Amino acid sequence: NGTSQSSSLCKTTSNTAKSSRKIVFVGLEIHAQISSNSKLFSGSQVQFAAPPNSLVSFFDASLPGTLPVLNRRCVEAAVMTGLALNCSINKKSLFDRKHYFYADLPAGYQITQQRVPIAVNGSLSYSLCIDSKMSQMVTKTVRIKQIQLEQDSGKSLHDDTRSQTLVDLNRAGVGLMEVVMEPDMCCGEEAAAAVRELQLILQTLGSSQAVMAEGQLRVDANVSVHHPGEPYGVRTEVKNINSIRFLAKAIDYEIQRQIEELENGGTILNETRAFDSKLGCTVPMRDKEGKQDYRFMPEPNLPPLILYDAKSLPANMNHQQVINIDWIHERLPDLPSVKRKKLVEQYGILPEHSFTLLNEEGLAEFFESVVKQTQMKPKKVIGWILKDLLSYLKQHSLTVKESPVSSFVLADLLNLLEKKEISSTAAKQVLAELWKGEGKTPLEIVKEQKLELLQDQKELEQICQAVIDGHKNEVMAIKAGNPKVLNKLIGLVQKKTQGRSNPVLVKQLLEKKLSG
Amino acid sequence: MLRASLRQVSAALKEGRVAPTELCQRCLALIKSTKFLNAYITVAEETAMKQAEESEERYKKGQPLGILDGIPIAVKDNFNTAGIETTCASNMLKGYISPYNATVVQKLLDQGAVLLGKTNLDEFAMGSGSTDGVFGPVRNPWSYSKQYKEKSGPKSHPEDEESNWVITGGSSGGSAAAVASFTCFAALGSDTGGSTRNPAAHCGVVGLKPTYGLISRHGLIPLVNSMDVPGILTRCVDDAAVLLGSLAGHDPKDSTTIQDDFMPFELHNLADVSKLSIGIPKEYHAPGLSSEMLALWSKAADLFKNAGAKVVEVSLPHTPYSIVCYHVLCTAEVASNMARFDGLEYGHRSDMKDSTESLYAATRREGFNDVVRGRILSGNYFLLKQNYEKYFVKAQKVRRLIANDFVKVFRSGVDILLTPTTLRDAAPYTEFIQEDNRTRSAQDDILTQAANMAGLPAISVPTALSERGLPVGLQFIGRSFQEKQLLTVAKWFEKQVQFPLIQLEEVKRHDSDVFQYQKSASFS
Repeated sequence: NGTSQSSSLCKTTSNTAKSSRKIVFVGLEIHAQISSNSKLFSGSQVQFAAPPNSLVSFFDASLPGTLPVLNRRCVEAAVMTGLALNCSINKKSLFDRKHYFYADLPAGYQITQQRVPIAVNGSLSYSLCIDSKMSQMVTKTVRIKQIQLEQDSGKSLHDDTRSQTLVDLNRAGVGLMEVVMEPDMCCGEEAAAAVRELQLILQTLGSSQAVMAEGQLRVDANVSVHHPGEPYGVRTEVKNINSIRFLAKAIDYEIQRQIEELENGGTILNETRAFDSKLGCTVPMRDKEGKQDYRFMPEPNLPPLILYDAKSLPANMNHQQVINIDWIHERLPDLPSVKRKKLVEQYGILPEHSFTLLNEEGLAEFFESVVKQTQMKPKKVIGWILKDLLSYLKQHSLTVKESPVSSFVLADLLNLLEKKEISSTAAKQVLAELWKGEGKTPLEIVKEQKLELLQDQKELEQICQAVIDGHKNEVMAIKAGNPKVLNKLIGLVQKKTQGRSNPVLVKQLLEKKLSG
Repeated sequence: MLRASLRQVSAALKEGRVAPTELCQRCLALIKSTKFLNAYITVAEETAMKQAEESEERYKKGQPLGILDGIPIAVKDNFNTAGIETTCASNMLKGYISPYNATVVQKLLDQGAVLLGKTNLDEFAMGSGSTDGVFGPVRNPWSYSKQYKEKSGPKSHPEDEESNWVITGGSSGGSAAAVASFTCFAALGSDTGGSTRNPAAHCGVVGLKPTYGLISRHGLIPLVNSMDVPGILTRCVDDAAVLLGSLAGHDPKDSTTIQDDFMPFELHNLADVSKLSIGIPKEYHAPGLSSEMLALWSKAADLFKNAGAKVVEVSLPHTPYSIVCYHVLCTAEVASNMARFDGLEYGHRSDMKDSTESLYAATRREGFNDVVRGRILSGNYFLLKQNYEKYFVKAQKVRRLIANDFVKVFRSGVDILLTPTTLRDAAPYTEFIQEDNRTRSAQDDILTQAANMAGLPAISVPTALSERGLPVGLQFIGRSFQEKQLLTVAKWFEKQVQFPLIQLEEVKRHDSDVFQYQKSASFS
């Protein structure tokens, strides 16, 4: 695959001045919890933070004699995800048992898809900024090796003081999609951008809520480093990464660590390392049982998973019993990349702005809603959305949904500005008032605080004259050929009018008076 | 009355000649007086009586639930029964009470059957003698029959009787013994490699292994998921058809069951066998087949031939490899299926508390017997990454070849295959335990496990008494899901051979009101 080769060789990380160039490979294994009412093979509910062991069926607790029954919704979610990631969907996939003993794995094996997964050979395009000003973006592609359906495990809580282990099986058997990304990335930032894009895609599809903090998206990174022209380096696996920011940090740390280790004549061990977010470094994980042989075996209680397309769909088959790939394909929602393109084309905004709009849940919809309700040009609206709304929300750690100012109210305010009833300075003042969320309309605030633009030209002329009269030195400077000083006078007029004057008009008036 | 067939006793219940509670009490009394057989692990006296009373109410109102209403049945102790201990004859599950009923148990109860108790087996159904469970071996009721006593030696001292008793075969020996000793009218077994047919043959009852996927396995504690089927043990072929009709069909809880509905059938009397083609697979003339068995087999073939059926010798060339492959696949699945018994969620838990790993190890060492641990060990060996291709994958391929052998034979026009069920009649316990479980299983499953490898329906029909006065059976193997044809032929054969009724003193005492079901004319 030519594309991927070039993308994996995209960047050679140089350590410090003395170090030689290295080629870095970063691959990812991502577990996304499927958004579904019930578990992958049982009817138990799926719910975050429910009381321990309250969502456990006989099957989940592996009571003898219980059998798995595949959840249709989970299969559909995996098919959707596979299609969105340009995978080929296997019309026939198989389930396998992966054996290991662990307290939160009640059956002693996990049902997964080792031999023939549901989707293979896909790709994911993601973009990232290549300069610090966030204005130049490049698009890269990572190959998706496969997507497999598998069961989640339960949770073990170790109480060291009492030397007890408590087991919560609520999560045991929840459906996961494991997305395996080929080592086509070469730094933390790329991996972070790829995961962020995947997260957006999953959320758009609704196939996973993909909230990392709630464990719905878990990312393990494989990192290896080698000299150009030499064989590939030994890879390490970095686990325990619970945010996208930490993902980038963990990978970059691991790359540096490996480079330094090699520079110092050391060797890299094929090991699993955990990221310690407090220390900002990776540390070797205590290997539970050394090398594991998972003793894979076909799951005998589940027949092969057969999927159909329009061509292969048997005519007299009950629709409830079959999954039609084409049917799902036709109903895929617009993916983030398409949405961004549409935003740029439709509203004339910058591509990087379209990224920001999609990065916050509900922000693009908020923007579009404001645009619909105002006469203001979208290009101008975007500034208010990104500079004012978004930075306020970020400062106060609010989501778009929680914004005290609705799109309707913001549109109202922007309309006042657009109709030149208030100045932009005044508009910011109104917005500051609106954040308090007291339920006042922009117009009410304008009236209360007397922020309307001075419509009376005579009054404005008088104020301008008074400013000119009171600032002889500045007037002389302007007349002597320093036009910049004019801005100071404009500012003074604004101050006198408490921002209620139209600066363009003030400028015209002052210029007229000074030239006279 | 107790010696009647299920259909006969059902008619008696319907006509009011006997009440469900009376029938249940009689069975319970007989279970007590035949306790030495060790056929039952748990006798659910209280719930059984309650179920019988409920049945009686329904009969009084004239609203019985059907042919099974009020019929006392027994269930092998590897089927989950809510509220009644399910042990698998293992320390691991001693005292384990399941919160749910296996689908087959639920179906029986829903149709009004009275569950007398849970029958003995080899631990986790691993064995062919019903000798390897924690509750001790099951004794074959025929050991105490007039027929066996007369032939097994002149004067039998009580000590001889103690050492002369024969095994039931297994692993569903408890169920076979229960049906054979008239303590119940039908019993559920399970059949993975012959575990229903083998004890059926040794105990002189009918043992049906249905097509894989026809009856739900949900709630059957698995031995080998890809081969296990609930088995049916009854006094006659008609009764097996009744049970099959009440148990078969799709179960949403078992994804390997057939999607289509199953239509229960009644068996007609085959008047004409001339259109029938009976295949005699030559490979079933296996090493160790007793001359007596061989003679009986060819006599049966002649019976069909003389009645006008086409009898042809056929070849299932991969049969000799079957038992080895069966062991690889069986132990591999056993290793996997047994992994859940770690002492955390249910079952035995060791006191060892040094670490989770040591708790697992001690729990499993204490909970499983040598046979189970041995199979887990070899199964894990076969599944190791370095061995998987060499053993497991190869065994799967041979399994496919074995299944194809059957397909080819049936495609060539053969309707039913006729084979012996076992190599010989039942061995005395003292002789049987001279060899280890693995060796015994390899010998005893040799004629039965291929049907499991291929998923085909097969039935063992009691055919005659051996020179030692013990029952021997012949096996019919049919096409997938062609149970009706299989049972029709089996019924015809059953009628021809007139297998003799067991003559048990114990039963006579309990069943003075003799209900002549079969004449005691003998086939041989």
